[in-house]
Order: sequence, then C-alpha cells, then structure tokens
Amino acid sequence: MARKIKLFDATKCTGCRACQLACKQWNNLPAKQTENRGSYQNPEKLSPTTWALIRFDEVDSGVNGVKWLFRHEACMHCTDAACVKVCSTGALYKTEYGTVALDSGKCNGCKECVSACPFGIPQYDPSTQKVYKCDMCLSRLDNGLEPACVKACPTGALRFGDEDEIMSAARERVAELDGGGYLYGDKFVGGTGMLYILQEKPTLYSHLPTAPSVPTSVIVWKDWLKPLSLIAPGGVLAAAFLHYLIKGPKVVEESSLDKKGDA
Amino acid sequence: MTNHWNDLANSDCILIMGSNAASNHPISFKYVTMARERGGKLISVDPRFTQTSSKADIYAPLRSGTDIAFLGGMIKYILDHNLIHTSYVQNYTNATYLVNPAFRMPGENNGLFSGLTGNKYDKATWSFQTEADGTARKDLSMKDPNCVYQLLKKHYARYTLETVSRITGTPKDKLEEVYRTYAETGKPGKAGTIMYAMGYTQHTVGTQNIRAMSIIQLLLGNIGVAGGGVNALRGEANVQGSTDHALLFHILPGYLKMPTASQETLAAYNTAFTPTTKEPDSLNWWKNYPKYTASLLRAYYGMGCTLDEAYGYLPKIDGGVNYSWLTIFDKMYKGKIEGFFAWGQNAACSGASSNKTRNALGNLEWMVNVNLFDNETGSFWRAPGTDPSKIKTEVFLLPCASSIEKEGSITNSSRLMQWRYKAVDPPGEAKPDGEIISELYCRIRKLYEKEGGPFAEAITRLSWNYGMPDGNGCIRKLDVHRIAREINGYFLEDRTIDNVTYKKGTLVPSFALLQDDGSTSSGNWLYCNSYTEKGNMAARRNNHDRSGIGLHSDWAWSWPVNRRILYNGASVDPKTGRPWDTKRPVIVWDGSNWVGDVPDGVAPPGNGRKPFIMKPNGLASIFGPGLADGPFPEHYEPFESPLQKNIISPQMINPAIKRWDREGTGTAVDSRATADNNFPIVCTTFRLTEHWQTGLMTRWQPWLAEMQPEVFIEISPELAKIKGIQNGEMVTVKSIRGSLDAVAIVTRRFRPFSIDGKIVHEVGIPWNFGWATTKLRQYAQGDKKPDLFTTGDSANLLTPFIGDANTMIPESKAFMVNITKKGA
Repeated sequence: MARKIKLFDATKCTGCRACQLACKQWNNLPAKQTENRGSYQNPEKLSPTTWALIRFDEVDSGVNGVKWLFRHEACMHCTDAACVKVCSTGALYKTEYGTVALDSGKCNGCKECVSACPFGIPQYDPSTQKVYKCDMCLSRLDNGLEPACVKACPTGALRFGDEDEIMSAARERVAELDGGGYLYGDKFVGGTGMLYILQEKPTLYSHLPTAPSVPTSVIVWKDWLKPLSLIAPGGVLAAAFLHYLIKGPKVVEESSLDKKGDA
Repeated sequence: MTNHWNDLANSDCILIMGSNAASNHPISFKYVTMARERGGKLISVDPRFTQTSSKADIYAPLRSGTDIAFLGGMIKYILDHNLIHTSYVQNYTNATYLVNPAFRMPGENNGLFSGLTGNKYDKATWSFQTEADGTARKDLSMKDPNCVYQLLKKHYARYTLETVSRITGTPKDKLEEVYRTYAETGKPGKAGTIMYAMGYTQHTVGTQNIRAMSIIQLLLGNIGVAGGGVNALRGEANVQGSTDHALLFHILPGYLKMPTASQETLAAYNTAFTPTTKEPDSLNWWKNYPKYTASLLRAYYGMGCTLDEAYGYLPKIDGGVNYSWLTIFDKMYKGKIEGFFAWGQNAACSGASSNKTRNALGNLEWMVNVNLFDNETGSFWRAPGTDPSKIKTEVFLLPCASSIEKEGSITNSSRLMQWRYKAVDPPGEAKPDGEIISELYCRIRKLYEKEGGPFAEAITRLSWNYGMPDGNGCIRKLDVHRIAREINGYFLEDRTIDNVTYKKGTLVPSFALLQDDGSTSSGNWLYCNSYTEKGNMAARRNNHDRSGIGLHSDWAWSWPVNRRILYNGASVDPKTGRPWDTKRPVIVWDGSNWVGDVPDGVAPPGNGRKPFIMKPNGLASIFGPGLADGPFPEHYEPFESPLQKNIISPQMINPAIKRWDREGTGTAVDSRATADNNFPIVCTTFRLTEHWQTGLMTRWQPWLAEMQPEVFIEISPELAKIKGIQNGEMVTVKSIRGSLDAVAIVTRRFRPFSIDGKIVHEVGIPWNFGWATTKLRQYAQGDKKPDLFTTGDSANLLTPFIGDANTMIPESKAFMVNITKKGA
C-alpha cells in the first residue's frame, strides 16, 4: 500500500483550531481547566489529552509590522521513527499506511519514546503510566477516512493522501509561493509523515527543531548494538553500559524545545 | 450578501474591513483561500492585526470609527485617477442625475447637509431636478456641476490622503497601497468584493459606512458581477432568515413596512409605500407592493374576512416612534415596560451598556426567558453583587430545542434557504420555539374567547392551521411543512394567468403570480417559489454546478426566485448584453434566453431596462436621499472619541443620532466620556472563533472553554509599558459606565496610532464572556455547573448606550476607556 502522509500548509491556516477540537472529539479526549496566560494558545502544550495543538507565534516584522504564525503541532510520523526504534514492547509501531500508531495495551510506561522523539510528541501520563500521541486517526484510516483534523479543516490547510501525490502538491505549492513558503520535513528523519509548508523560516516557529534527527544514542543502541547482542550474549551488558555512557540517565528535555516564548 | 459564500472564490480582490472573517466566519476562508490561490489579492483593514490580517497581502490599520474617512479617501482616489467603470456608472447608477441646486454639503455648510433642525433633517433639498414629463433631469456627460457625479467629486475632494491619514492614523503609503490595489478592480472584467460585519455596522455612522463602500463598488462596476458585490457576513446561522421574516420592529415579512396608526385603511397603507416612477424602461418592482400585502393578510387571516378587515387587525406603530433595542431597554430602565420575552437571546450580556440593561430587567414585573440554558439574563436577579430580595421581577425559564432537535429551514448570509432535519429529540421538557409559540397562541386565544377584550378578533381570527388540534383545540405538534407552504403561498381560487390555469389550493410557483385581490396567499412574498408543486426547494441537494462559476443553482434555494447574484443585470453591457467579464459570466444571452443565473428580467439585451429593479428608477443610488443622516457618507467622530475636534469639519458627531446621555436628555446611567483625560484609550470589541455571541452556548462546551477560558484585553507593548502591565497580568478596564477585569495579552498586533500628530492608543476585548459559567459565582442546589469554568464578564459592561442614526444598532466598536493593572 502507498504510504499516506499529511500536509500542513501554514500559508492557508487561519488558526481557527477546528483541527485541535476535532482531534479531541474523534479521540474522545477530555478538556482540562485552563487559564489565559497572555496567549491564544491553549492548552499551553501537548499533553496526554491534547494530541494536536495550534501553536501561535508572534514575530516582529519591520518598524510597525508583525507576523502571526500558526502551526499545527502533532505527531510527525517519521520514516525513521525514533519512538518505534526505542519501544521495547511493540506498543509503538509502523502501520501499513506508513504512519506511527500506538497500542496502549502494550505500553509499559518506560518513557524511552518521550526521550527519543526529536519533536517532543509522545506524552506520558503518570496516572495511567502510559504514553499517548496522535496516531493519525488509525481507526478512521482503517475505514477509508482521512484523519479527523484534516476533515475539519475549513481552508484546506490540512491535506491527506498518498505520499507521491501530497509530496508533489507540496512542491508545487512551494514553487507557486515563490519564496513565501518553506517545505519542512522532507530532508530529515528519512522524511516525515506530516509535511509542513511554513509561512516563514522554521527558526521563527516556537518548539520546532530546525534540524531534527534520531538521537545518536538511539541509532547506536538500536541499529548497531542491539543486533549484535543477539549474536553475543555478553554484549547486552556491554551495550547497556555503552548506552549509559553515551546518553546518561534518562531525562526528558522539554525545555530545550521551549526556548522561545509563545504569543 | 448580494453574492454568496462560494462566489468569494471568483474575486480578484477581497477587502475585509469591519470583519475578522478568518476567526468569525472560518468557513468563508475556504473561498477566500481559493481566490488567493487563483491570484486574487486579500486586503485586511482593521484596528487590530487579526487572524484575517495574518493571511492578507496588505494589512492597513485604522483607528476604530474612522471607516468613512478611509473609504472617502478611496472614493477621491478613484475619481482623481479616473479609475471608474464609466459605462457602468453612466448606465446603472444615478451619477448622471441633476440634484436640486439648493442642496448643500458639509464642506460648505459647517459639517452638515442642508436641512437640519434639531437632530432631524428636512430632506426637501435632497432631491433631483425634474423635466416637464416628471422624469429626472440628467447629464450623461456627468459634467454639470449639480450632477451626482460632480457633487460626489466635490464632497470627497476634502478627503485628501493627508487629512484621511490624520483622522484614521493609517500611514499614507498604506492608504495609497490599499486604494491602488482595490481600484484595479474598476477595469471591466475585474471583480472586487467587500466582506464586512459588525465592524462596519456597530457605529453611530454604521449605515453610512456600508453606503461608502457601496458607492466604491458602484464606481468600480463591482455589483452584480461574479466575485463582486456588497457582502454582509451575518453573525448567526439564521439571522438573514429572521430578518427576512421580520424580526425587527419596523418591517413585516419580506421587508414590507410596518403600518402606522395614521394609515387607517389598506388603501392608505399601500399608497404610502407603493412607489411610482415616470422613468421609461424602469421595472420598479415595488409597484407590486399591494399584491404582497394582500397575500400576507390572506396568510395571516385566511378567507374568512375581507382584506380591509384583516388590515385593521394588524398592530400599528406610532409614526416617527422608534421601537428598537435601545428604546425598549431605556423604557424598561425607566419602569415603563411590564413584561418581556427574552427569546433566544442573552440581553444581559449582548446589549450595550450591560449595567443599564441588567438594572432595567429588575424593573419588570415578569420576564420569560426562552433559551437552551439558564443564562445571565434569566438569572440577572442573582448576579454577583445583586441582592435577590430587592428584585420583584418574576422570571420563567422555558427550555427550547436547539437547531438539531427540530426540523425546519435556515437562511444563511447568502440568502440561501436550506432545509434541515431533526437529528435527536429535545431533552426533558424542551420544545421547538414554534411549539412554544403555538401553545402561547392557543392559551391567549382561549382567554380572548372567554373574556373578550379590545381587538380580540386580531387574535381569535388568526389562521393557525399548522397541525392537528388536540382535545383542547390546541396544536401541540407543528407540521413545519405546512408553515413552509404557507410562507410560499397558495392560490385561494382558480385563476387563469397568461393562459395558464392555477387551481385553488395549489402552491403559487413564483411571486410574479401573487395577486392584490385576495385570491392568493403568501406569508412572505420573497419566499414565494421556495415550496411549490415541484416540492420543497430548500431541501434540494444537487451539488452539480451547471454555471461553471459556482452558482450551484440546484442546491437548496435562495431568494428571490433562486437568484444567486443580486442585480446580475448589471453584469452585462447595457447595449450589447455582453458580460463585462466573459471568463466569469453570470448571465449570457443565448439568442433567445438568458442562461446562467436567474436574470433580473427576461427581456433581451439592449432593452433599456435598468438592473436595480427594486429602486423606482432602476438605478443604484450613489446619491442616496433615503437615509436619515445624509445622501453621501460624511466622517463624524464616534460618540466617544479621543479627539477634541473633528479634523474634517466643525461637526463632531453624527448630528442625526438620538441621544440618551446627560448632555442629551439627562440620565446619569447613560454618561459619555469624550475627549476626556480620564478615559484616553480607544476600545473596540470583537468575537472569538471558539465562542459564539455572548458565549451562552459555547461556554458550556468544555473543549471550547479549554481553548478560550477567560476574557482578555489586547494591548500594544507601548501602552503596556506606560501602564506597567506585563503579558498575562490582570487588568481593570473602566469606561464611564462600567468596569471589567481581564487578562492582558500584550501584543504587537495592536500599534499606537498617530492621530493628527498625537499618539492615540487602542485596545480590544472579546465580548463572548459572562458571569454564569464562572467559578466564583454561587451555584444553588440543582444548578448545573460547567465541566470547565470560564472567567470574566461581558465587554458590554463598558459599551455606550448610543445607536446608529438609521438602524439604532449600538456603537459597540468604538468607545473610550482607561486601563490599570488590577489592584494598582
């Protein structure tokens, strides 16, 4: 089956948040009490009950100018998905659509994926001791439907379809925008399953890594040493030690992504 | 809307002014985005940089309440650079008409048009010169100094870039950029459109704001064409329908006029409102007025009485008396109204000057609150800070069904009447509004039958055949199809018209066949053709587009007679009938018929007929003597302004508004703070995507409350610095009428304005909030608590009690406040 990908075209997004709400509705995610922190962005960030979020960024532009940027933040469904690589229980897995789905029943709450994801997507819930994230509405895909966020988008900022088709539509759009659009997602982690056409350079968007990659530790551990361990039993211990040396104790580095203030 | 939602996609240039369509009409941006993808330009003019502005090719800020200055400058630009669509202006507007030489304009008359006495204009000089045969005297060359075109030029000569910029605070280069870009659409074959909402209307000059834009659209030949028009984005899914069906006090269904007490007979009433014309070739559609009146009276009272008797039963208003919202609440405040139905509204949050509104409710004997939920209106007597023991008003809550709990039609901004089906039963005792009315009607009728009373027949003889009566003679279950058919209308006798015989009891196929002799009925002539012997047209769901320009004529039904673009007769050359825009033709002559949209008339090209068929002379009014405050729009400052003087004339505010304030009639509650150092900051109000109107329906919805939980105020960084306010801190906002606490959003999306060399700050507050869903209020036993609380009250606590000179819509979009850090 052809890989399915999602395209978010920021040049068409009005920040109406229909996607954010549709995600909650389809996935039956509860709302939490919030307050206004001096921003339209609410909830403040992704959480076990918020899998898609519109981020609002204000950027100065010229003497009196301002740009108001909106970004649909949700799982990027990476080709080289670090979360899938580190998941020891198989809870995170690649579907036949090429998307990254999550079988909560198998999740043991180890949080490896939380540390590994370069985009800060998987969200750990201490009360259930499980991780949650966008699964591109697998239940809808299985029934021939597009994800709920795409269905709800009024302007066509979100699109969904076969990789070839979406990819060429995205390239065409970027060409059409003639310098007014930046393709994001095609050049790293093997290509993301959610592509962005950004209205401004990626550096102007909060909480968006400019050069995301699968952490070296994950590559070393999962791609080189783990296969080795199957051959040499003593290698497991050595590998575990090496893992600790390279990566240190597990820390969720949320702060590294949250350097910029939101508007 | 003269055009329709899908048609926005056809536009070469979309001006969004007085609207934040991206937030408040999100679906419209599907078509705005399509237009942009096709190379169309988007211009956003707004005091605030909004979600709409974020997508615009050009953003121009303006100080709230200065739209006429902004648009007047555009009129001048178009005329100075001769960018008008000349043939359109000459043939389809009254630009060629000669005006009474005694007419005077503000530039030569101290800021006033001729004829003002008190706050009313005597319009004697706002008239046209006539020839001996009674037709208007014209100058097709448009050179006569008294012709409308030359007067327009003279009037707006005062609106120089310099002057406009001093008033609006818009940089001159931005003004020019907007003017140049929009005026491009004056070329034949180009289309520009305006999307506006309450940002145009909620001003003391609201109607004139729209007039100013309409004049621009006429000069550029943008009305009647695809991608053009004057498009009001209505604030509620069915507000167009409710207006068509006479929600307002001054009209009957289909925009027939409300009779006044002095019009004692049907003949006198018809004579007063049926226009005549001497202009050859003018269709003067309102000449049919008596047919629509007669058909309406038949729908109301059936065949059991004469038309004259039926007319006698209609309620009459006193001539010259205004019965709009502001008047009602002023009378209520003064204890002159006993009972009030708050039906499908939340007056305590939606009305201007909420403290006055809330206090007014306490002067009622009784109030019936018909709504989905309890709200700030129904519970005004137990609002925070209110002592219930001091309030005598008896309040009844009648729960009603929501739109998905009943069958019926809605009419959207596109004039598109769409049939909807019931999805689920209403909960508990909730009933559809129609069934509540039916029950009320039945009980009132029985009281009249039993006890009699003045004009009892006005009630007892009403035709009410909307379902099967129960044992008590009451209709409890309404058949909404019967109502829809009554709105369309029936032949009440066999009639033969143009050799076609229509049998008694059949539905009238079109309003062209309605009669003035009582042989037809129609509950709303505009909707005649919506439910015919072919079926319920509003229920049609064929989305095929035969037109190629998105008319989708077989999807549902639009008034009038399924016409999708109003005044489409103006989309073609008057002599040849060739569309101005051959790529996007609205109507095309195929040799024997017009094809495409339903044309304004069936006569062939070159017939001389004028396309603006609802005007007696068939022409669009660049000179519009019908309004209360002038035939041309003139800039006046908002009722509350930061300025000492109007920069463009000695007249500060619209001279034709009705005032309630201390200087006007002396009520302390209606105070005004203008050019007042205590209130130096301009304030405007707006809505959010996540909440709807007063938030009555949305604040209960946890997902929406999560996204927008709290009332806020947008403040520029410069003003925040002066006031020592940090982003996210609580601010107290005060106007002379009330105060409100709100979270500060410090944002560069608001910039200080340079007005006549001085810095003027502006702030904005959403009005979607109210105390009923807050955490700190008291919840009695049995009160539902929201799953998520919202914080804050209505922005209307701050707004002034003053209205537009024509419509009396309150000026909620420009008033004066001050802000302090809370507790400071």
